[in-house]
Amino acid sequence: MSLSTFLIMRHEILLTVAVLLVLMAEIFWNPEKKQGISLFSIILLGVITVIGFLPAPTGPLFGGMYISSGTRLLMKNILNIGALLVFIQSVTWLKKEENYEKVSEYFLLLISTLIGMNFMISAGHFLIFYIGIELATIPIAALAAYDRYRNKSAEAGIKLILMSALSSGVLLYGLSMIYGTTGTMYFSEVASLFTNSSLQILGFIFFFSGMAFKISIVPFHLWTADVYEGAPVNITSYLSVISKGAAVFILMIILYKVFPVIILTWQKTLFVTSILTMTIGNLFAIRQQNLKRFLAFSSISQAGYILLGFIGGNQLGMASVIYYVLVYIFSNLGAFGVVTAISNATGKENIDDYNGLYHTNPGLSLIMTLALFSLAGIPPVAGFFGKFFLFTAAAQKGFYLLVLIAVLNTIISLFYYLLVVKAMFISKSETPIAKFNSDFPTKLALGICAAGIFATGFASVIFEMIKNLSFGV
Amino acid sequence: MDILSLFVLIPVLTITSILLVKDNRQVRLVSSIGMGVQLVMAAVLIFLYLSARHAGNTAEMLFVQDHLWFKSLNIHYTVGVDGISVAMIGLTSIVVFAGIFASWEVEFLRKEFFVSLILLATGVFGFFISIDLFTMFLFYELAVIPMYLLIGIWGTGPKEYSAMKLTLMLMGGSALLLVGLLGIYFNSSPDGNSLTFNILEISKVVIPLPAQRLFFPLTFVGFGVLGALFPFHTWSPDGHASAPTAVSMLHAGVLMKLGGYGAFRVAIFLMPEAAHELSWIFIILTSISVVYGAFGAIAQKDLKYINAYSSVSHCGLVLFAILMMNQTAMNGAIIQMISHGLMTALFFALIGMIYGRTHTRMIYEMGGLMKVIPFLSVGYVIAGLASLGLPGLSGFVAEMTIFVGAFQHPELFYRVVTILAVSSIVITAVYILRVVAILLLGPTTNEHFEHLPDAKWFEKISVVTLIGSVAAIGLAPFWLSSMIGTSLHPIIEKIVALNPF
Repeated sequence: MSLSTFLIMRHEILLTVAVLLVLMAEIFWNPEKKQGISLFSIILLGVITVIGFLPAPTGPLFGGMYISSGTRLLMKNILNIGALLVFIQSVTWLKKEENYEKVSEYFLLLISTLIGMNFMISAGHFLIFYIGIELATIPIAALAAYDRYRNKSAEAGIKLILMSALSSGVLLYGLSMIYGTTGTMYFSEVASLFTNSSLQILGFIFFFSGMAFKISIVPFHLWTADVYEGAPVNITSYLSVISKGAAVFILMIILYKVFPVIILTWQKTLFVTSILTMTIGNLFAIRQQNLKRFLAFSSISQAGYILLGFIGGNQLGMASVIYYVLVYIFSNLGAFGVVTAISNATGKENIDDYNGLYHTNPGLSLIMTLALFSLAGIPPVAGFFGKFFLFTAAAQKGFYLLVLIAVLNTIISLFYYLLVVKAMFISKSETPIAKFNSDFPTKLALGICAAGIFATGFASVIFEMIKNLSFGV
Repeated sequence: MDILSLFVLIPVLTITSILLVKDNRQVRLVSSIGMGVQLVMAAVLIFLYLSARHAGNTAEMLFVQDHLWFKSLNIHYTVGVDGISVAMIGLTSIVVFAGIFASWEVEFLRKEFFVSLILLATGVFGFFISIDLFTMFLFYELAVIPMYLLIGIWGTGPKEYSAMKLTLMLMGGSALLLVGLLGIYFNSSPDGNSLTFNILEISKVVIPLPAQRLFFPLTFVGFGVLGALFPFHTWSPDGHASAPTAVSMLHAGVLMKLGGYGAFRVAIFLMPEAAHELSWIFIILTSISVVYGAFGAIAQKDLKYINAYSSVSHCGLVLFAILMMNQTAMNGAIIQMISHGLMTALFFALIGMIYGRTHTRMIYEMGGLMKVIPFLSVGYVIAGLASLGLPGLSGFVAEMTIFVGAFQHPELFYRVVTILAVSSIVITAVYILRVVAILLLGPTTNEHFEHLPDAKWFEKISVVTLIGSVAAIGLAPFWLSSMIGTSLHPIIEKIVALNPF
């Protein structure tokens, strides 16, 4: 393997090295001080994230099975940042006694999924893509069942693995049809041999449905709420942000690169599914009491907005989606970070428990408010810019009706986000959550999220950079 | 020097210093200093503006500053003012200044209260100085959100319900608006290569008529929701009644004007053809606002509800006059915005102060307050007289101009709706005088109210500022109307050129 090959696929290679190092650490680390592995893993991923930003050659590898480009590197870097935040947020939770034995497994599995996502994003061939997506999913199922003595956690794990097996089956079935009609699995060749025959359309529909499971697009969303509720909070936040982001990225790349011929077909598909996803996600979120379920449904509706971004197949669409995922990472991890902090300190996860939170824990309440406003798309935080660009991208191709439905949906979402704000600021409580001090990692992660929520909006350079790296159909 | 950005910068700095202040008592001091500086700056701005105009500067917008923000979408941070925005900035700074003093005695979470209040003001100032639609929309939404917390936390009555209703309805309006703005943006350049959000540049382009027909209603209704356009006005009575004093003042006084200003500056100015075609629908709706609001005010017993419905009526008149699309009526509309803004802020300030003493807002539970609290009562009478359009106060100038302008249309339709709208003056007189009679005159009916303290010094500052401004416009309206008129001229020319009546 030459140096340039190494540089082209440095994300994957470095992450693999990181997995090995964590494994070694598990063996050789002083069993009395296992907490150190958390710090060790965070530093490893931090270094990899930084290296990811350094300039490096790009291009295809292995005869085009693996492709690295500026856009894909950017996507990987964004996912790395998100994963790093999740790592930092997990430290406090991993300190608990029941998790003491399993610290290195946690990081091992998470880094493995990250490798899978990176391969998936860099795929130039459906097999690599498929291997990547499996590697990105299966370890997560193990993690969802991390608290294996808690019934709900075990249930979440088994649900996730069954659903992802089913969706992989559907996905593979679609791919087999595509292979059968075109005789190849290379992205570029499929794109040129695609002729819009009905069998190929059927293959596309199966492929899309398989992806819809991963992104939890309505009507393939039913597993989401149960898994999100049952899994440990950190895994939930990882699932809802990183896994979803990665799946969105690769779906977008494949639609743009492999299926430009049938753009009219997938525009119709996206049109219907994005309306359903936004509306149903929002309507179900209103009724949730458990904050994890609440954020699960909110993240379903967010996926609907994201689909709306690339429906036009335009460059602006890709830019706005990448940008929105970045914003969404900060916002959703901000919200989940607060939920984690409170869940760690008190074990409370219901909206009613948050009554009067501002009077006891003003800092956490403010960050939660910022994050929720960002999710709802209220200025001056980044979510406003993100949503604005998504809608602009759709409007550029004339999807005004869809934009109107989407903005009306943001009003519904504002309603339930405000319910949480109301609980924290306005409602009175006999037994509010007592004042507590978060430890350093929690504060650090929340601080980064808050800074990200502010800075990514105003700093137009970020959007411009993403825009320059994006491409259209 | 970028004098306009100071209007956003000063509130932001004030907020920062409030957050840094340790002692709770200094919060209001910092706020009042910050907003006092803002008031002085507004006066300076008016002076600079008038002297620039006097020196012969005839550019459409003055003090323009332009910074490229998002290059790929051609989004700029562009600020600039003409006579209309200068007048609105003046209004806002007066009302905010008075509002700070009217909320001098807020105890609960004082710091948070003033931060939210000034954040709200930041949004309003930003809105009036922007001439880029993106920035404008950003500030518009910024102004709506602190409202939820202000009403929800510090409000009275069914505050949670009102806060939610108000926020959702206003954000619903801004949802329509967003689609409208995107529609304008993507039609802002004939060849599609130099799309822009800049109002001045868009106004030079003729947006295709089919697009106008689609996006004019969206934009107009979007702003109209904030301007209490029937049937989207229902947030207003509940919201105003539940809000704390300063928020009612700012909301009825300034925020509702955002609706009128936006409808005029964006919807009609940029899409005049569709405005001509579709104005009849909205004229009917606004006439209903005007008359229905006035009748609604008669039926109410709660002081705040009376005033809230009266605001629906008066703000309806603003939109009504804007839709008449001639120089006189539009001039009247702008003066009405200023006049109503000051007057209704005065009303809400006084209602808040009376409520703080009597702990009731039901008019039948009070009576004879004139003898007990003469200062506040006289203020109330002055506000009432301004509201019913007594010559010498601001309301007269505004309504007179509006109706004269509206009646200039020779067609029967316009004459009929104008006559209907004029009837609101009579109804206004009924509800104003009824309240004055029951509330202030006669013997003191409730013995608990016989020894109420009159206005304190900070309340006097608030009331005197507002009364002074109302009287100043009433007594010397011409400098204001000429300042507005010269700025209206190019806009009117563009609109009237299409269709002289």
